Amino acid sequence: MVQTEALARAAQAAPFLQIQHIVKKFDDVFAVDDVSLDIAQGEIFALLGSSGCGKSTLLRMLAGFELPTSGQILLAGQDIVGLAPYERPINMMFQSYALFPHLTVWENVAFGLKRDGMPKDQIEERVTQMLDLVQLKQYAKRKPHQLSGGQQQRVALARSLAKRPKLLLLDEPLGALDAKLRQRTQLELVDIIERVGVTCVMVTHDQEEAMTMATRIGVMSEGKILQIGKPAEIYETPNCLFVADFIGTVNIFKGAVEVDEADHVIIGSADCKHYVSHGITGTQGMDVHVAVRPEKMSIQSGPVSDAQRERAAEVGFNLARGVITELAYLGSLTTYHVKLASGLVVKVTHTNDARHGSSSLTWGDAVYVWWSGSDLVVLTR
Amino acid sequence: MYRFVQHYFGLAWMALVFLFLYLPLLFMVVFSFNSSRQDAVFTGFSLRWYEALGRDTKIVEGFWLSLQIALATGVLSAVLGTFAAFVLVRYQRFTGRTVFSGMVNAPLVMPEVVIGLSLLLLMVGIQNVFGWPERGLLTIILGHTLLGMAYAMVVVQSRLLEVDRSIEEAAMDLGARPAQVFFLVTLPNIAQAIVAGFLLSFTLSFDDVVISEFLSGPGVNTLPQVIFGYARRGINPTIYAAATLLISVITIAVIAYSVQVARQGRRRAQEAQQAQQTFSDLL
Repeated sequence: MVQTEALARAAQAAPFLQIQHIVKKFDDVFAVDDVSLDIAQGEIFALLGSSGCGKSTLLRMLAGFELPTSGQILLAGQDIVGLAPYERPINMMFQSYALFPHLTVWENVAFGLKRDGMPKDQIEERVTQMLDLVQLKQYAKRKPHQLSGGQQQRVALARSLAKRPKLLLLDEPLGALDAKLRQRTQLELVDIIERVGVTCVMVTHDQEEAMTMATRIGVMSEGKILQIGKPAEIYETPNCLFVADFIGTVNIFKGAVEVDEADHVIIGSADCKHYVSHGITGTQGMDVHVAVRPEKMSIQSGPVSDAQRERAAEVGFNLARGVITELAYLGSLTTYHVKLASGLVVKVTHTNDARHGSSSLTWGDAVYVWWSGSDLVVLTR
Repeated sequence: MYRFVQHYFGLAWMALVFLFLYLPLLFMVVFSFNSSRQDAVFTGFSLRWYEALGRDTKIVEGFWLSLQIALATGVLSAVLGTFAAFVLVRYQRFTGRTVFSGMVNAPLVMPEVVIGLSLLLLMVGIQNVFGWPERGLLTIILGHTLLGMAYAMVVVQSRLLEVDRSIEEAAMDLGARPAQVFFLVTLPNIAQAIVAGFLLSFTLSFDDVVISEFLSGPGVNTLPQVIFGYARRGINPTIYAAATLLISVITIAVIAYSVQVARQGRRRAQEAQQAQQTFSDLL
């Protein structure tokens, strides 16, 4: 017991995977620009960003296919930068799955084990176990082209887990599947990874995929990691304009700080004054952006009553008038596009929680849009 | 009226082209069964020229020589062509890549006479200095390989470009060393193209006469050279018989190969479709 405690302490002291000041230059372009990142054992970490942001290059450096220009990668305390891909205790599931077309499912899964010179009976046992895990036992003798996309994806997963790697890399794991299959597979994949208990770094451009699967997300842009956090943190408290805009839908107001108190801030913008019910790290007069998520805004045709406002103690703030220019009825919710006096169009989503509820609003209606001071995010960069 | 003309004009034109291409061959095949030496009159059916073929030692020796040369050329071309293609496709940057790529492709556009002549000069020079190699089997193989390799490389190169690069990375990721990656993953996936490259250079070598003419020594004559020599001294129906046999062998081989490839392709497509079908049934 003492030993496990010591191990646990050691694990806390030094994270399982440490990426330290990694830089990768292709000619004179920085693909990855001084990225540092700590990942704990058992985590599923997602690198999220649009194409060309450097996330794939970072993943390929972890696998060993690219050599960093400078920086260190430590896995369980050992520097792995100098190791060739075939020497690293890391396995990767490729975006295209990269199954060997000339080998059967069984041989595909056994490929890595044979390279390690594992005894035959143990290979037999491990492959069976892996195919059980992904429920493809009856397909063992098939060639990859005889499988559907979803089955191929599971073979690829089984193959990358077969060697019991210390670190599993997933490159756009569900990118090649169609939308319907994707949702189901996301949870299946997480379930399998958690059952195996392997630490996992995945790369994706699909925020929904990252939110669903990952314990933590790193948002990347232009070779840099902008924010690292749990999915809810990334969504609810983005630390910069890019992250706020990249994740989900958001309404951005440009403004300047008018009152800067410890417990609240007032920000003036073209359409209204924003009351923010928490302090910010900014100074008076500073230009900032105010971000509000569409689902945190309310919309109604009549004026907002004082009773409604007083609950938030923000009378006179966070209220704007406008005209509905677009509306999209999506079944469970309706999205309204409301054009404010300054010309800014804000999106407001309204949950259709009653069958014949307030959805009487329609194109051209003059409406009030309001939101609470605790739902605002002030972005200073 | 217009469509009628268009339809039949098309057909007639096609017939004309086929006639132009294959009438000489047909003529030759028919006259290989002629019972007399006559060139222009078919006097009756016989197999006498086929019998004469077996007794003609020059033709028989030429055939075996050509077969040896073609086999050696095929193997050498396929191996060297594969290496060259691999380097050109997998290594995008190395010093002299452009020059290398140009040089490997050069024999494709260079007149054969020029290749033959320059090789002859080179071989004579080497022989003067080192006393080796004697012109004959070896020099012809070298000459043919120069040409065959370029063709084999083009075939293998186009296949290599199709092979998903990530399967090689996946193999390496799973612990295969570079040599293992090549032999266990790359090679099985380009094998068909290598075989095609072998067949192509084999046929090129088997019917080549120009390079052979420059590089053969005294008493060494490939089958095309023998036929060429006969033709110069007046046509002998034995040659017709020899050529007819060659055509049938090559035709049968080509048809068998194409049928095999087509059947494989069809089966693959069918299986892939079935997989998709059963899966969507499950959903």
